[in-house]
Amino acid sequence: MKKQKAFENFIHGIFLILGLITVGCVLLITIYLMIAGIPAIRKIGIWDFLFNPKWASTAQEPSYGILPFILTSIYGTAGAILIGVPIGFLTSVYLAKLAPEKIRTVVSGAVSLLAGIPSVVYGLVGMMVLVPGIRNLFHIPDGASLFAAIIVLAIMILPSIINVSITALEAVPKEYEDASLALGATAVETYFKVSVPAAKSGIAAAVVLGVGRAIGEAMAVMMVSGNAPNLPELFGSVRFLTTAVASEMSYSSGLQRQALFSIALVLFLFIMLINAALNFFLKRSKE
Amino acid sequence: MKTVNDPMNAKRKMKIVLLRALCGISAAFTCALVLFLLVYILAKGIPNLSWELLSTKPSYLSGKIGILPDILNTIYMIVATLIFVLPLGVGAAVYLTEYAKNKRIVAAIEYAAETLSGIPSIIYGLVGMLFFCQFLNMQTSLLAGALTLVIMNLPTVMRTTQESLKTVPQSYREGAFGLGAGKWRVIRTVVLPGCIDGVITGCILSVGRILGESAALLFTAGFAHTLNGFFAGLGSAGATLTVSLYVYAKEQGEFGVAFAIAAILMVLTLLVNLLAMIAGRWFKRRQKL
Repeated sequence: MKKQKAFENFIHGIFLILGLITVGCVLLITIYLMIAGIPAIRKIGIWDFLFNPKWASTAQEPSYGILPFILTSIYGTAGAILIGVPIGFLTSVYLAKLAPEKIRTVVSGAVSLLAGIPSVVYGLVGMMVLVPGIRNLFHIPDGASLFAAIIVLAIMILPSIINVSITALEAVPKEYEDASLALGATAVETYFKVSVPAAKSGIAAAVVLGVGRAIGEAMAVMMVSGNAPNLPELFGSVRFLTTAVASEMSYSSGLQRQALFSIALVLFLFIMLINAALNFFLKRSKE
Repeated sequence: MKTVNDPMNAKRKMKIVLLRALCGISAAFTCALVLFLLVYILAKGIPNLSWELLSTKPSYLSGKIGILPDILNTIYMIVATLIFVLPLGVGAAVYLTEYAKNKRIVAAIEYAAETLSGIPSIIYGLVGMLFFCQFLNMQTSLLAGALTLVIMNLPTVMRTTQESLKTVPQSYREGAFGLGAGKWRVIRTVVLPGCIDGVITGCILSVGRILGESAALLFTAGFAHTLNGFFAGLGSAGATLTVSLYVYAKEQGEFGVAFAIAAILMVLTLLVNLLAMIAGRWFKRRQKL
């Protein structure tokens, strides 16, 4: 009996360790980013690092200001949200409430395909269709720009927004809608004036999730944004926080390399903030 | 009979029609977008596919490009990642649903899993490079890439397994306990067989993610196109299909090859999606029985 008990405890211990591995991974990532990211910030000075508008990491007198990347990431994400959210939101209302069963199945299939397409494929199509298109349409020398990145990001965040919004809309109690219908509102009015406000926390969570996806995307953006460390301009070549890390990592060394880790740390802090907001909205929508 | 106070006045009717139309247009736009991407990539990619491309490795002598190493690397990457992530994810899920009593530990694990699924892949790539390639001295290798992807896919496998464990009826466990089985025996004979649905779903979703991943692999698995066996491959650097698409398109300007790879990826993505749908339906039907 004693032997049996010891064995059970042993198994319990193994499962406990397996369970705690996720926590360990999060700690590992946080600690590694801190260790790797903080030295350069201390050397450069936090104020200079965050608010100096000049990034010239390979110049004779290097300057490590990441303000252009921060602003580009914020503008790019805002742009993607501005375009992606209305389309995603309206699509989700259509799918959750208006669409006949058959159309719903087909469109949901299309949306999940959109979610599964690798980001480099989006980047490739952006490079070959969007970039030349923007160049010809707006008569600028190079179409690889913030605008191209915004469009690619808007498309890439669509599935997240649509899926989370649908879940939220479907969770609205049927009694709410019935009451509104009984008072004489039409179906469409009911969906927009009763269902949507009732699902607003879930829809907010969808938007925040979209923000997280947009700010973290690297490869697709790298292929269409031109990659010059300029302050953001809609039709100018720009570099995001993510692409700043990716584009110089392979040939970097010394302080430049450390500064790249610091950029990743800044990106990580942004993501943690967004995660906190996401949790807040998800919790509220459950209540 | 129309009066001034008609509840369905023209303005209200207009608004309803407009809202409905906007919803329809948005959905149609989303569909058109998917259709365009699908047709465009297949039309551009399939003419560039050839047996030679699929069955050879790149050769500097003849200047020809082959993507066999990239295909093999992708398969190795999927296999290696799944080997590690399945036991870890299933184990964590079993702990959460069967063992955990301390609410704080449960909350910590679930919060950690949520955090992991929100972290962008470029950060995984960076930490993977620092930890696996440099600290554990694995160099740039498929194994380092696979271990990075293990961390990324852990929450997915854990969540799908957890969902399916919840559908194992409590009475099964009680029955087994009643017959005198120990906890481990109950888990081995009753609980684990019950979560096979979740494990398969988790596998399918993970394969989809591994196929599409590139940013996390750039600095952990590298860009090499050498032809290797499974174990030799794990120890050396190698590009998966997505990474080589990026390299061919962005750094070498080989758009024909890039589109061919994109077409392959597109077909694989379609297959993975289809598989996930079929599996989902099948499991749902079986649960009803």
